[in-house]
Amino acid sequence: MKDTVEPYVTDDGRTIGGVLMDMRNITLRFGGVEAIKDISFDIREGEIRAIIGPNGAGKSSMLNVISGFYNPQEGEVWFRGEKRPQMKPYQVARLGIARTFQNIALFEGMTVLDNIMTGRLTHMKSGMFWQALWAGRAEKEEVENREKVERIIDFLEIQAIRKTPVGRLPYGLKKRVELARALAAEPKLLLLDEPMAGMNVEEKEDMSRFILDVNDEFGTTIALIEHDMGVVMDLSDRVVVMDYGRKIGDGTPDEVRGNQEVIDAYLGVSHD
Amino acid sequence: MTAPAPSGDNSVPALLARNVAQHGNKAAYREKEFGIWQSWTWAEAAEEIDALAAGFLTLGANVGDHIAITGRNRPALYWAMVAAQKAGCVPVPLYADAAAEEIAYALEHCGARFVVAGDQEQVDKIADIRDQLHELDHVIYLDGRGLRKYDHTHMTSYADLQQAGRNANQMAEIEKRTAALGPDDKCVMLYTSGTTGRPKGVVLSNTNVIETSKNSAEFDHLRPGDEVLAYLPMAWVGDFIFSIGQAMWTGFCVNCPESAETMHTDLREIGPTYFFAPPRVFEQQLTNVMIRMEDAGRFKKWLFDKYMAVGRKIGPRILDGEPVSGMERFQYRLADWLVIGPLKNTLGLSRVRVGYTAGEAIGPEIFDFYRALGINLKQLYGQTEATVFITQQPDGEVRSDTVGVPSPGVELKIAENGEVFYRSPGVFVEYYKNAESTASTKDAEGWVATGDAGFIEEGTGHLRIIDRAKDVGKMASGALFAPKYVENKLKFYPDILEAVVFGADREYCTAFVNIDLTAVGNWAERNNIAYSSYQELSQHPRVLDTIEAHVAEVNKSVAADEMLAGCQVHRFLVLHKELDADDGEMTRTRKVRRRIVEEKFDDLIAALYGGQSEIYTETEVTYEDGRKGKITATLAIRDAAVVNAGKVAAE
Repeated sequence: MKDTVEPYVTDDGRTIGGVLMDMRNITLRFGGVEAIKDISFDIREGEIRAIIGPNGAGKSSMLNVISGFYNPQEGEVWFRGEKRPQMKPYQVARLGIARTFQNIALFEGMTVLDNIMTGRLTHMKSGMFWQALWAGRAEKEEVENREKVERIIDFLEIQAIRKTPVGRLPYGLKKRVELARALAAEPKLLLLDEPMAGMNVEEKEDMSRFILDVNDEFGTTIALIEHDMGVVMDLSDRVVVMDYGRKIGDGTPDEVRGNQEVIDAYLGVSHD
Repeated sequence: MTAPAPSGDNSVPALLARNVAQHGNKAAYREKEFGIWQSWTWAEAAEEIDALAAGFLTLGANVGDHIAITGRNRPALYWAMVAAQKAGCVPVPLYADAAAEEIAYALEHCGARFVVAGDQEQVDKIADIRDQLHELDHVIYLDGRGLRKYDHTHMTSYADLQQAGRNANQMAEIEKRTAALGPDDKCVMLYTSGTTGRPKGVVLSNTNVIETSKNSAEFDHLRPGDEVLAYLPMAWVGDFIFSIGQAMWTGFCVNCPESAETMHTDLREIGPTYFFAPPRVFEQQLTNVMIRMEDAGRFKKWLFDKYMAVGRKIGPRILDGEPVSGMERFQYRLADWLVIGPLKNTLGLSRVRVGYTAGEAIGPEIFDFYRALGINLKQLYGQTEATVFITQQPDGEVRSDTVGVPSPGVELKIAENGEVFYRSPGVFVEYYKNAESTASTKDAEGWVATGDAGFIEEGTGHLRIIDRAKDVGKMASGALFAPKYVENKLKFYPDILEAVVFGADREYCTAFVNIDLTAVGNWAERNNIAYSSYQELSQHPRVLDTIEAHVAEVNKSVAADEMLAGCQVHRFLVLHKELDADDGEMTRTRKVRRRIVEEKFDDLIAALYGGQSEIYTETEVTYEDGRKGKITATLAIRDAAVVNAGKVAAE
């Protein structure tokens, strides 16, 4: 694991910068249940950071803490060198954090294009009045934002379904549209909640390529949760392993693979 | 030979310069990108081409070098072909979906020094085989996505190379090389798809391309302002002639779709005036329309049926310039307003003035459908070695069973055995590095063998292709035997998937028929006919009745042809299994292997000629996992009505 906070260049030529997000001693409780127990880790600029663990390990809760949906009872979230106060999710979005969901959350009746346009919402400033009139700043803004969206459509190769209502698309494509919407927000940090869940091998390969390309082309920092160990190990620079709400491992894929506690958690040992 | 092109117009770059001078501000290329049609005028395109040509020079391109081009249809790749010519090099377009080893073969064979690749997919394929390619110097890529981390010592982006070219001040050298392009110099090299053996590199000269483009453009009155959609593979000779040859000669605009999947949307948006598609594209469009009409409400369905009938009756006659009464004209107007116009618009064919199909036989009902819509859909017959055009149908003389009259400048002759030979200004120079094949295809006087058998129809002068020459034989009576001709007619029925006709050296013809499970199964369902297997359905008496009626119909139409009247099918049976590539009965591209079918089912053939009314047979089959099994069946053999000298005589 790279312990230094100095920027460095990876083997494949990407630059990893300083700490973008720092989670310090996070504890999250639901009533008497401790979903996350005193976890600390950081996410560095430009890296692909994975959070893995068996079912119920607290991965999604962790992602929800990062996205501001849950507020941890204890601990601090630092983003770009500042302590982040308690925030509503839309405020977090404005900070430059975008996400996708495990069970796809798109507007089914709207077209792919319109869905992705909603990702640009945080970048639009014209009021309802001008938008209703389709004049002045509203028109200019729409054109600018449409251009950004079109670049993302081109990037993710979904030109052919641009005008198709999302409800008619197969699962794998919906996942891609969700990624497109998250990208449309031009996030500093992109959170992906099980991007490969329910996909076949070919779709997984496509999605992996898109994730790597996003990171490479836009320099977007990516934090992802994933079940598929093979995918995680190939994609990520560093991996956090969780089990029963605790952090049991943290490091490069190779380091994590050799960690006895991680092996136990995945292969299972008796807990008595 | 027709009159030579005016001096100065004897190369593609020269035509480009002429177009810039004549209509520099008109759109020359369009490509849909980022959801918008981006366009380039002739002047802008010429600037891009010059920059790239200069870029090639900075890489050390020598006169006569081969530059391979691979990727989907994009203006930048068309420019790369012209830029190669400006730099004195020869463009070699390759099929974008070819496997790495096929590309390796072509690159090695032509010794390409540079490759212009569309994207990462193509670059990766070349990277896989790079070790074998000693002459390959540099790869130029267009879409740099995912390539940033690649080793760039022998790789440059298209835009960077253009920039290097702009900075290099090479225009004098480019002008010199362009001016030196003579009529006999190589214009392009195209690899044939190679159904038998290795692909061959067909070398076409500037004269071949320019003369052919000129003649064919004049034949169809193409003009500046026409629009084409470039969506067929760039390595195919047709696309080279339509999107470069004719486009440059005429000065019309070439439109590239956003991606292969958006082709139909883009087609609608562009509304080409000149359109080419292989039969399967028309077939697919028609099927889609029919399926959607089946699902439509009763009123819409009624409207569609009623006015399509009007269209079918009057549309083709208007196209052929036949006299049409005022009442009929009014009816067609109404049909156009209610059904035909909107339908054409949906298909993206509203503006088509000249449409072509070629490559394989097109079913008459498909052909008639488009003609009913008032679309001037014509057939042409050609091959790479002829720079496309051998014959084509003139406006007003369009039929589904001929391939037209000789194209301007083409001479035809039919050999003893029925094989078609041609000679034209478009006849290729040679197969690259293959003098033997060149000599066996093209004789000293310039006549080229097509490999197809056909005849010229008396009265109209239209050529009719009947079969591959090697499959054509004689019957015992000495009459011409052309199995494919009859099989194609049978296969036009949706119920019939495959047909194999026998009759060489026999008294009469017989046939095996494969039913189409989708079509016949659908029919069985609607008619409450229960069946448990393909085999059972295939032997159902009502299915056999239907097929018998089809065969009788085909016999009638075959009999209408004096030369081929002997090919009527007297007896047939419906096979109990589908002919299958796994069993070796077909090639992987779904072409029947006649010899193997003959050997394998020799008992059935014996029964067909033996007069029995049914036959018990055992057949070995191979399952998908490679295991073998045996199926047994008793097949009914039926006699079909044949037409004898104008009289119907059931046997």
